[in-house]
Amino acid sequence: MNHQRRDTLKAGGGLGVLGLLAAAGMIKPEMANAAWNQTAFEAKNMDAAFAAFSAGKPAESADVVITAPDIAENGAVVPVGVVSKLPKTEQIVIMIEKNPNMVAATFNLPEGTVADVQTRVKMGQTSDVYAMVKADGKFYMAKKEVKVTLGGCGG
Amino acid sequence: MASPMRIRAAAKDGVTEVRVLMSHVMETGQRKDSAGAVIPAHFITELTAKHNDKLVLSAEFGPSVSTNPYLAFKFNGGAKGDKLVVSWVDNKGDTRTDEVQIA
Repeated sequence: MNHQRRDTLKAGGGLGVLGLLAAAGMIKPEMANAAWNQTAFEAKNMDAAFAAFSAGKPAESADVVITAPDIAENGAVVPVGVVSKLPKTEQIVIMIEKNPNMVAATFNLPEGTVADVQTRVKMGQTSDVYAMVKADGKFYMAKKEVKVTLGGCGG
Repeated sequence: MASPMRIRAAAKDGVTEVRVLMSHVMETGQRKDSAGAVIPAHFITELTAKHNDKLVLSAEFGPSVSTNPYLAFKFNGGAKGDKLVVSWVDNKGDTRTDEVQIA
């Protein structure tokens, strides 16, 4: 019996399915190539999340602006927008410190795309929301606390 | 196959603003059903947007993104009538592609 093989198959299962689909032509190759950054999305603390992007300790920057409510009444839908005024912004990452999976979304911006994205995220509890920006090869960040009201008890 | 996305793209003063509303459960894998069994994670992992075959945005989502994800972004260029194509793939390999003409 080769138990190790079984474990390997399990671990690689998710990736394998994508690969097979790509091979069968169901997914366009360019989409399958943009490998999902599993390390980042499974990071359990901020340092691990930063490390997954090889960001080290990003410097806080006033040129990165997070638009999010101070108090979110519904944690399931919290609108978050990030604007970067830094030149050559190539990546924007939204992280929520106290979520089980902190990295919510990453946006890769090719040249010509404005560093201004908005989306909606889930938040389990009151937490700092981080926006990390990669501009000209360097990492910057900003954070903003969003209070999540649970059960309408006020915050 | 998932429901279609609602995409709005409007060009103004040389900048095209795109708003996308996807239809997806975005299940985190953290929740349990009434019997206590964990509901398996099911969420969009990757998204790409193309303007006339030129990539204008690629994004990766985690399970923290809300149900029926909303996304808005802007890119320079784009004119009325140009084609904008948005595609996503989820962690179960489902995929959906929709296209609109820039208004």
